[in-house]
Amino acid sequence: MSAQPTGTAPDLLNIEVDGKPTQIRKGAMIIEAADAIGVSIPRFCYHRKLPIAANCRMCLVDVEMGGKLMPKPQPACATPVAEGMKVMTRSDKALKFQKDVMEFLLINHPLDCPICDQGGECELQDVALGYGRSVSRFTERKRTIADENIGPLVATEMTRCIQCTRCVRFTSEIAGTYELGGMSRGENLQIGTYIGKTVETELSGNIIDVCPVGALTNKPFQFKARAWELIAKPSIGYHDALGSNLWLHTRRGEVLRTVPRDNEAVNECWLSDRDRYSHQGMYAADRLHAPEVKRNGQWQATTWEDALGAAAEALKKAPGSELGLLVHPATSNEEGDLLVRLARGLGSAHVDHRLRQLDFADNAVATRFGLPVADVAGVKAALLVGSDLRHEMPLLNHRLHQAVKKGAKVYAVNPARFDFNYALAGEAVVAPQALVDALLALAKAAVADGAAAPAALAAPAALAAAIDGAAFDEGDKDAIAALKSGRAVVILGEAAVTHPQASWLRAVARFVAEVTGAGYDELPVGANALGLGRLGVVPGNGGLDAHAMLAQPRKTYLLYGVEPPHDFADGALALKALHGAERVVAFAAFASPALRDVADVILPIALLPETDATLVNVDGLAQGVQAGAKAPAQARSGWKVLRALGGLLQLAGFEFDDLAGLRDGIAERAVAGRDGLAAREPVQGLARLATWPIYRGDAVLRRATALNAHPLNRAPAVRLNAAEAQRLGLAGGNPLRVGDATLPLVIDPAVPDGAAWIEAAQDATATLPPYGAAITLSKA
Amino acid sequence: MKATGNYEQVRYVDPLVALTEHTRQHIDAWVAKFPPDRRRSALIQALFAAQEQNRGFLTDELITAVAKYLDLPAVWAYEVASFYSMLETKPVGRNNVAICTNISCWLNGAEDLVRHCEKKLGIKLGESTPDGRVYLKQEEECIAACVYAPAMTVNGHYYERLTIEKLDAILDGLSVDGPAHGHDEGKH
Repeated sequence: MSAQPTGTAPDLLNIEVDGKPTQIRKGAMIIEAADAIGVSIPRFCYHRKLPIAANCRMCLVDVEMGGKLMPKPQPACATPVAEGMKVMTRSDKALKFQKDVMEFLLINHPLDCPICDQGGECELQDVALGYGRSVSRFTERKRTIADENIGPLVATEMTRCIQCTRCVRFTSEIAGTYELGGMSRGENLQIGTYIGKTVETELSGNIIDVCPVGALTNKPFQFKARAWELIAKPSIGYHDALGSNLWLHTRRGEVLRTVPRDNEAVNECWLSDRDRYSHQGMYAADRLHAPEVKRNGQWQATTWEDALGAAAEALKKAPGSELGLLVHPATSNEEGDLLVRLARGLGSAHVDHRLRQLDFADNAVATRFGLPVADVAGVKAALLVGSDLRHEMPLLNHRLHQAVKKGAKVYAVNPARFDFNYALAGEAVVAPQALVDALLALAKAAVADGAAAPAALAAPAALAAAIDGAAFDEGDKDAIAALKSGRAVVILGEAAVTHPQASWLRAVARFVAEVTGAGYDELPVGANALGLGRLGVVPGNGGLDAHAMLAQPRKTYLLYGVEPPHDFADGALALKALHGAERVVAFAAFASPALRDVADVILPIALLPETDATLVNVDGLAQGVQAGAKAPAQARSGWKVLRALGGLLQLAGFEFDDLAGLRDGIAERAVAGRDGLAAREPVQGLARLATWPIYRGDAVLRRATALNAHPLNRAPAVRLNAAEAQRLGLAGGNPLRVGDATLPLVIDPAVPDGAAWIEAAQDATATLPPYGAAITLSKA
Repeated sequence: MKATGNYEQVRYVDPLVALTEHTRQHIDAWVAKFPPDRRRSALIQALFAAQEQNRGFLTDELITAVAKYLDLPAVWAYEVASFYSMLETKPVGRNNVAICTNISCWLNGAEDLVRHCEKKLGIKLGESTPDGRVYLKQEEECIAACVYAPAMTVNGHYYERLTIEKLDAILDGLSVDGPAHGHDEGKH
């Protein structure tokens, strides 16, 4: 590895574009220089985030070097700048070239703009207006291309394609899945999969944005509205803690589609399918339109006054010590803070947002990334601990993918062979019960490599002893050497944070990061887990955590945006506790049968796109958003409902009049971590690996129909490897009995010995024993 | 071209089963000619070998197997297979007869030869005989044998200064089983 030059001035060249002198770095293309000073050059195939193809030829410009005009026009996207270069983008000759290319591009393009979804926001339309002829001289037949079904998210009309290959380059370079290509040649060249498959990348919606024409369009949005009918409202994604910036495209308050909003530090110009298509879920049939109260076992829609009265009465009935508040980890700062005020006012210390966590020994809350998201693309090495990163945070994985393309080595210690869109340099795949040991081996390798002894780093004695007792191999040594060789990051994923021994994984991962000098990035579970952690939406003095609150049932529960059983680490335990409770007050957007079953009062609240809110992302960036869409009928912003409830209960901290007043009163409350480590109890037989599927992470996603129809959302199943299935005498495809559920057996080489991978948050799997627990399988 | 729709059938294809030992050796020899990170360069020859193994045409299974064997994205192999006219992606006859119809051969009577072949075999250019013996290749462009026009290739071998009589003799001599196994189609 060579040292990076520092302190020298960047290598800048002087060029002139349309008479305007400018400076640009050596190696840049003409089009970058022009874009930087606001000279617009027409283009179709060039995209600043994709490799250069120079195949549309629309950006041809006149170039003069050393006082001599180049004899032929040059493509601005593929011509590097040189000192003293003069570029004429609108000379007579340049314009003639551009107009001629435009004519070629329009030869085979159908004139179906009136029925094309891209109409009104089409790059081809825009450029044709400026550079096209009003009449076509092409009298021959236009060629047509058979369409392909590439899945539930992207609609195709390939006859409109102008073969710019942006989508091809996107799936290969950004998504890393290589799913589209240019098939046949010449006039028959067409973009497709050839073999006829669904485009399966978790970033597939971006091919709609990069497509300059109407060949690839948004399928759920198809024929819903014209671009000029839509109002764009800035918002953010709320299905992971990256907080991708996006635009909500709304009509009369309804979100019809979502598109990315550029932010280089967060999501660049991309958006994961999860954030793009989740809006469908907002309008599910069981969305609540009015407050409801259960009286004599019957649900009745009622007024806010009546429902708030019933809620206040329910919350007051038992002493505060019998009240538990369970808060969804995507809840905004404003609501989170009010919930703490409410809990204090009612005398309850039992409040928590860490619903999916099982191990609270170290009382950890989400913390800011040690290495910011944008810097992950520049690492030389990374260690993933318990992370299916592609599914947990798609655009963070994209950053790591970019690093891998530049030569970074990624190692993983995982409870399954998760599917990555890059090759791992090394991987330890072990059953959940062996995950800590596998990670300890790395720590031991780090110690052997000359790092300070764990005792010297103030590690708990139990940890130091465990590291001393571990054994490592060459693979572990390689990983440690790579992490020490340059800028590196240790990423603790959701499969680690939700692990029953998360405290161990966290402590060892932090140790490895510390001794190798790597950044430590722990994925928050939930879009605002970081914000809620800062505001202290965790148990107060003597309070019970999310798990203990269910294990030691309370008489009264307040559920905030939580959908039982799916949002809990242990669904069965949650249902049991909620069933046994005397009163359950639920703040919810949707009323699932399970929620109706356990709740007594349901207060309909707005979802994030419908409310003013602040969420804190992984980099500690507090992103405030305003309501972009209208909440249905009687549903209200959560903070308003809490304000009304607090006022009714005459509690302190609810005297504010507006959002500004509320925000003024928000204070951070430090959460004290503990040095504790979980007891490591061995598991007999198979342990369950429970991961939250990419499109089942919260109530909105579970209702997003197009996402749920995508192949990444796999049907519920028990996954075993072939050897394990054989040992148990089970055959693939056969139904199995697990607890009270019947699930098919899928033979999956990704699963390690000793593990049964059963994804969570499916109706059939939500109440099975939790992550890491012993699983008994029998033939159904 | 419509998507073939064979994704489910080929996604788990095992290249060590789909490709014969002989084919794999041929591929290995070509891979060895390129730098290790340029395995893509061996695609054309690898597909040729697979086509030869299958007696004249590629299947989706074979194309996918070649990509897997070379450790390349399958879509790269689909692009190459659909691009080159020397690679057949639909079932065709076992003897590949390609009569040049480009300028020199055309001036020297190639069109008459094509018409004669079509009449004799009872098929049109681009079709195969029902017994699968002969495939008349669609519109073959210049094969760089202008000096000896009219010319054609049969299974990659050149036949030049053609006459109707010569053509008849060549066609009659084609075996119903295609060229002998291991014959070097496409390697002239």
